[in-house]
Amino acid sequence: MSILDIKNLQVSYGGIQAVKGIDLHIEKGELVTLIGANGAGKTSTLRTLVGMEKKSGGSISFDGKDTAGTPVYNFVRQGLVMVPEGRGVFSKLTVAENLRMGGYHRNDEDGIKADIEHVFELFPRLKEREKQLAGTLSGGEQQMVAMGRAIVSKPKLLLLDEPSMGLAPLIVAKIFEIIRMVAEQGVTMLLVEQNARLALEVSQRGYVMESGRITMSGNAQDLLNDDRVRNAYLGE
Amino acid sequence: MTVSVTTTPPANGKKVLGFLASAIILAILPFVVGNAFGNSWVRTLDFALLYVMLALGLNIVVGFAGLLDLGFIAFYAVGAYTFALLGSPHFGIHLPFYITLPLGALIAACFGLLLGTPVLKLKGDYLAIVTLGFGEIIRIFLNNLNAPYNLTNGPQGVNLIDPVSVGGFSLGKTHEFFGISFNSVYMYYYFFLALTVLVVIMAWRLQHSRIGRAWVAMREDDIAAAAMGINIRNIKLLAFALGALSGGVAGGLFASFQGFISPESFGLLESIMILAMVVLGGMGHIPGVILGAVVLTIAPEILRDVIGPLQMATFGKMIVDPENARMLLFGLALVVMMLVRPEGMWPSKRRKAEFDDAKKGH
Repeated sequence: MSILDIKNLQVSYGGIQAVKGIDLHIEKGELVTLIGANGAGKTSTLRTLVGMEKKSGGSISFDGKDTAGTPVYNFVRQGLVMVPEGRGVFSKLTVAENLRMGGYHRNDEDGIKADIEHVFELFPRLKEREKQLAGTLSGGEQQMVAMGRAIVSKPKLLLLDEPSMGLAPLIVAKIFEIIRMVAEQGVTMLLVEQNARLALEVSQRGYVMESGRITMSGNAQDLLNDDRVRNAYLGE
Repeated sequence: MTVSVTTTPPANGKKVLGFLASAIILAILPFVVGNAFGNSWVRTLDFALLYVMLALGLNIVVGFAGLLDLGFIAFYAVGAYTFALLGSPHFGIHLPFYITLPLGALIAACFGLLLGTPVLKLKGDYLAIVTLGFGEIIRIFLNNLNAPYNLTNGPQGVNLIDPVSVGGFSLGKTHEFFGISFNSVYMYYYFFLALTVLVVIMAWRLQHSRIGRAWVAMREDDIAAAAMGINIRNIKLLAFALGALSGGVAGGLFASFQGFISPESFGLLESIMILAMVVLGGMGHIPGVILGAVVLTIAPEILRDVIGPLQMATFGKMIVDPENARMLLFGLALVVMMLVRPEGMWPSKRRKAEFDDAKKGH
C-alpha cells in the first residue's frame, strides 16, 4: 500500500487552476522527486497535501486514509511533515528550541531528547550552536535545523519544498548530502526541486510537472537520461 | 554576531542567596517604607503589587503570544465587579473571598475567551482596535446596567465591599502579631505579595513550557508554527484566557482593598497604562515587566509629592497645576524612554536580539 496516493488532484486560486488533475504515489521508504519550472504547480501541490490550500477536486490518501478536512496542525500528528520553502526556521528560537518544536505533538519526553541527540550526531555543527538563535545561522545551517526539526517530528512522509533555494552551490551540494543521509535513516521523502539534476541523482523515482500537469514520470535514472528532460531541465 | 539564549538557568548557591535576600527585603519593605514615609506609601506598594499582577497578565497576551490588547482593563473590571456584587450590601450577598476571588478570575477568563474567539484571524492594529472597543463596551455596560434591573448600580458604583476575611479574621482591620501592630495596608501587602508570587510562578512556568515555545513560534511565523502541529486557535485562546485570569484576580483584590469600585476606574487610560508597563519594562520578560509595573506605579506618586513643593521653592508660586505637570513629565519620560531604549528597561535576551536585528535592517 502506498504511503501517499494522490488521484486527479486539482487546486485553483480564484479562477486560475494551478494544479490541473495530477496522479502521484509514493511507497514506503522511497525518495521521490517532483521537478518543474517556476509556476508549474509544485508548491501548490505540497501546500495542498498538508492542508494549507483547499483542493478543488480529486483525492489525497495518506497512510490509507483520506485527508480531506484534516486541519493543518493535525498532519504532523499523523506523520505528514513539511519543511516549507525558505526553511521556516523560527529565527528567534535557539537551535535546541527549534528542534524541540519538532516534538511539539509528541508526549514522550525521553524519546524527544533521544531524537534531538540523534540529530546532533547527524549534524555535529548544530550541537556546537545549540544555544544560538537560529536566525543567526548561515543558510546551510538553517536548512540543517529545518531537517533536524523534521526528523524529531518522526515523519512517516517528509515533504521538502525547494531545500536548495537561495543557497550557494557549495551549500546546495551539502544540502543534498543531508537529504541522502536522512533518506538512509529510512525516512520516506517527497522532494520538490528546481535543481533537477541533483534531485534526480539522489532519488529513486521522479515526476516532471509542467503548467499544472504531470508530463513525465518514472525511474530517476531513466529521467536523467531522457532527452526531453535533458533539454528542458538539465540544460544540455 | 553570536547570540546565546539560556532558557533554564542552573540553580546554584548564588541563586538561592539572591532569592533569600529578595524574600527578606520584600518582607520588611512595608515597615521600612511605612516608617520613613507614612502608611500612604505602603498603600502605593499595595497598588504596585496589583499592577504587577495586571502587567504580568497582559504580558502573557502581548509579550508571550504577541497579540496587542488595548482593552485589558475589562478583565480587571470583570474580576472586580464579580467580587463586589457577591460581597457587598448591593445585593446583600456576602460570599467569602475564597469563593468570589476564584470565581471572578474564572469569569474574567471566560470573557477572555469571549474576546478571543471573534478576533482569532486579526493581527496587529486591527486586533488592537477590536480589543480597544471591547474594553470600552465592558466599561459602558457597567455604567449603564442600573436600569431596568439594577445590576451594577451604574456610575455610582458599588460601595462597602467586604474586605478579605477568613472566619472573622479580616485584612481590613489592624492586627497584632508578636507585639507588632499590622495596619490593614500591611495585611493586604502580604496577601497581595503571596498572590503576586503565584502569578509570577504561573507566568514563569508558562514561558518555559512547550506552550511558551509555541507562543514564540506563533508570534514569529504562524504558518510554520501550524505546520509544526501547533493548534494556533487553541493557544491564542489560551493566551487570552490566562491573561484575563490574572487580570480577574487583580480586579477582585482591588475591589476588596478599595471597598468601593465604579466604572470610572476601568477606563481606556488604565489599559494604556498597563500596556506601557509591559512595553517599558521589557515585553515578554517577567523581571522586566515587574520592574515596569513597579516604576510606573511609584514614579507618578513621587512626582505628585515633588512637583508642587518644587515649584513653590523655585518660583515662589504654582506655574503649572501639579496634576497636569505630573502627567506631562510622565508622558515625556515615556517618549524619551522609547527613543533611547525601545526594547524596554530590562528586556529578555531574545527580545534584545530582535531589536538588534531590526536596527541592522534585517
